[in-house]
Amino acid sequence: MRTFTIIATLCWSLSCAAFDVTPPLPDAAQQALYERLINELRCLQCQNETIAESNAELAADLRREVRELVAQGQSEIQIKDFLTSRYGDFVLYRPRTSGPTLVLWLLPGLLVAIGAFALMRIVRRRATLPVPEADDPAS
Amino acid sequence: MRRSLPYLLPACLFAGLLWLFAGGLQRDPSTIESPLIGRPAPSFDLPSLKDPAVRVSDAALRGQVSVVNVWATWCTGCRQEHSTLLAIAAQNEVPIIGLNWKDDTELARRWLAELGDPYRITAVDADGRVAIDWGVYGAPETYLVGADGTILHKHIAPLTGAIWEQDFLPRIRAARESS
Repeated sequence: MRTFTIIATLCWSLSCAAFDVTPPLPDAAQQALYERLINELRCLQCQNETIAESNAELAADLRREVRELVAQGQSEIQIKDFLTSRYGDFVLYRPRTSGPTLVLWLLPGLLVAIGAFALMRIVRRRATLPVPEADDPAS
Repeated sequence: MRRSLPYLLPACLFAGLLWLFAGGLQRDPSTIESPLIGRPAPSFDLPSLKDPAVRVSDAALRGQVSVVNVWATWCTGCRQEHSTLLAIAAQNEVPIIGLNWKDDTELARRWLAELGDPYRITAVDADGRVAIDWGVYGAPETYLVGADGTILHKHIAPLTGAIWEQDFLPRIRAARESS
């Protein structure tokens, strides 16, 4: 049991290890925005990691860039535009709800609506059909 | 026809999705299309590798079709493509501008002295800021820039003679004809 606890604790502390060693921004709201952004931006060198999780050089450079833009008082949208104009929408882990990515957000709902409509039509039509004679072998 | 529509429609939608996914499978996830293609090349003003007093700027890209190659001594793919770059430089078709990305300047100078220098001039991007403006995410990357300073094409991964002939030469010729 003790071994398990030690291993679990070690694993947990590993997952908490941050590569960002810079001191927090003086403004708490800016620090919160910075932390949110680096956890939502993809490191393109190691594509399944955010720039907060990655220890790649590029991730460090992008963290520095995001930090400076936040410190300059730029908004979340401005900073995301800065990155997508250079790296494309792929840099965002959460696709934007505008432009070509809108289809990603709307299509599932649309498909469910089409399915529900079709199901309703079929069920309603069957409800009006005469009930077929029961083929009872006992009679 | 009216009765079969509720069955045909989902089948068609499903076929469409399959087609979309099959197309997605053919794509290489490590090469991400650059949003900069067709846009003006990002401006820069950096010291040159050979003589830090000499500046290299995006002005070097105007007036003729040129190639910008992002490289570093820590990048194994760059060593792999170096002979291709030397061969392209020997053809004298287009000038190659080097962008030395986050590198040790002394090692970079030694690299060019040992392996040969295919670059007309090399700009030193020590802190990687210009590379971010260009959307660089992994060396080697090679950009084709038109005479008006528009990015025409981007190749990610080491260059080979075949890729040069297939993806670069036709675009270079087309760019020269249209201008």
